[in-house]
Amino acid sequence: MTHMLGRPDFEVIAGWVQPGERVLDLGCGDGALLKLLIETRGIRGYGVDIDDANVLAAIANGINVIQSNLDAGLAGFVDGAFDHVVLSRTLQTIRHTQEILAAMLRVGREAVVSFPNFGYWKNRAAVLGGRMPVSEDLPYQWFDTPNVRFFTMLDFEALCAEMGILVRDRQVLDEQGKLVTEEHNFLGSLAVYRITRTP
Amino acid sequence: MLPAYDLVYETYGSLNAAKSNAILVCHALSGHHHVAGLYADQPKSRGWWDNLVGPGRPLDTERFYIVGVNNLGGCHGSTGPSSPNPATGKPWGADFPVVTVDDWVQAQARLADFLGIASWAAVVGGSLGGMQALQWAIDLPQRIRHALVIAAAPKLTAQNIAFNDVARQAIITDPDFHGGHFYEHATVPRRGLRLARMLGHITYLSDDQMGEKFGRVLRNDTGAFSFGYGVEFEIESYLRAQGDKFAGFFDANTYLLMTKALDYFDPAHRHDGDLAAALKPALAKFLVVSFTTDWRFAPSRSREIVNALLKNDQDVSYAEVASSFGHDSFLLEEPQYHAVLRAYLGRIAL
Repeated sequence: MTHMLGRPDFEVIAGWVQPGERVLDLGCGDGALLKLLIETRGIRGYGVDIDDANVLAAIANGINVIQSNLDAGLAGFVDGAFDHVVLSRTLQTIRHTQEILAAMLRVGREAVVSFPNFGYWKNRAAVLGGRMPVSEDLPYQWFDTPNVRFFTMLDFEALCAEMGILVRDRQVLDEQGKLVTEEHNFLGSLAVYRITRTP
Repeated sequence: MLPAYDLVYETYGSLNAAKSNAILVCHALSGHHHVAGLYADQPKSRGWWDNLVGPGRPLDTERFYIVGVNNLGGCHGSTGPSSPNPATGKPWGADFPVVTVDDWVQAQARLADFLGIASWAAVVGGSLGGMQALQWAIDLPQRIRHALVIAAAPKLTAQNIAFNDVARQAIITDPDFHGGHFYEHATVPRRGLRLARMLGHITYLSDDQMGEKFGRVLRNDTGAFSFGYGVEFEIESYLRAQGDKFAGFFDANTYLLMTKALDYFDPAHRHDGDLAAALKPALAKFLVVSFTTDWRFAPSRSREIVNALLKNDQDVSYAEVASSFGHDSFLLEEPQYHAVLRAYLGRIAL
C-alpha cells in the first residue's frame, strides 16, 4: 500500500518507538515512516513492500527494503527480531488477518497496527444512507478498493481478545488527523493500536 | 600453484583524489574485463555491460571509477590455461590449477592494491559475478562498502551442477580435447564447446521468451517439414549459431574452470551450511536483485542470501524484478532493474 500524504498516524507511531529500536515496516511504501524514525529516533529498520514503484522510492530514500508480499516477507525474519513491527493502513487489505497478526507478534515484541475505522460515524451514516462509505481514510469506491476486510475498532479489539493479544495503547484520529478523546469508535476515522502478546 | 600471473583490466571514469569512488565489476562465466565502450575501429567490440556503464548510466562514469577485470584462469588476456607454463614453456592446459571464487577475490584485491584502492565503493556482479561480490563482502569486509549481488545464488543446486557437468562432459569427451592439451595438437574441442554453450544458453533464457522469440517457426519459408536431421526449427538455428560463435573464441579449459568455480562456490560450507554465519563478518551494505523468470538462479535463491543478511541484522535491500528474459535479464536494459541500480548507486557516499 502506498502511504498517503501527511500521515497523522506517523506521529503516533513515532511516539511509541524508543531510540535505537529495531523496526519492521510492512507495506512501507516509499519508506517515509522508517526515514522519519531513523532521523528522529535513530532506529534500525527494514521495510517490506511488493510494489515496484514503492521499492524504487524506498531505495532512493536510503531505506533497507525487501520486495516481497507480506506473507513471504515475514517468513524471512527470525522470531523476536524486532522491537516494533508496523502495519500501517494495510490490515484491511490482507485476507489472512489472524495469520498476519500472529506473524507480526512472532517477529516483533510489539506490533503497531493502524486501520480505517469502519465504525466512524460518517461511515455509518453513509451505509445508513444506502451507500458504501468513501472518506479521507477510506478513499476508494467499492469496486476499486484494495480493502478486503471491513471492521470497526470494537471488532478489532474483540479479535485481539480472542487471539490472546493485549492492547497496550490506542490512539484514535479524526479525518483531520486530530486526536479523538471520547466515543472513539464513533468519532474516530483512523485507529492506531499498539499490541503485544499476553504475557 | 602459480608462480605468478597477469591480470588484464580496463577502467572507465576517473579515480577521485580520495580514491573513494571505485567500483569493481566482476564478470560471469563467459565475461571479461571489457565491460563498456568500443575499441577504436572495432564497431562490434561493445562491452558486455555497456548498457549499464557509462556517462549518465546507472554505473555512472562521471561519478564513479569503474574497473573491469578478466579473472584469473580466463581467456581474454589474464593468465589462464592457454598461457605458457613457465616450467615447461608449453601452455598450461589441463595442468592449470582449478581456481575458486575466493582466489579471484584475492587476485582482484591485489589489483586494487596496485590501483591504490583501499576500499571499493561497491563490488558489482551478476550471476557468477554476484557470487564474487558476496565473497568480497565475506573475505575482505574492510575493503568493500557496498555489494551488489545480482541474479546470483549462495551456492549451486544439484540441478545447476548437473547442467555444468553435462557441459564439461561435452568438452572433455570431444576427441579434440586431448586431455586438455589440445593446444599442442593445434586444434580446439570445438564440438564440445559448442554443445556446452548451446546447453548453457537454454538455461539462460526463459521458456516464455523462447516461445515468444522462436516458437515453432521453421527455418525454411515453405512451412513444410523436411523430416530430416538438419536445421528445421529457428531455435535450432539460433542455438547452433550461438554455439559456433562461442566455440570460435572461448577457451575450453577456461570454460571447465569457470563452471568448476561455480560448482565449488559455497561460502556457508565452512560454517556447516549456515549462510548467516558465513556472512557475519561482512560490513558492506547489500543490494540483492533477482529476476522473476530466472530459473537458473531463481528469486528464491536470492532470498536465501537476503534472509541470511536479515538474520544478522545487516543492511540489505532486495528487488525482485519482473522480467521475461530469464537469467540473461541481468545483462539487459530492463527499466525497473536499471532504475533500482541507479537509485541505489546514487545514494552511495563517496
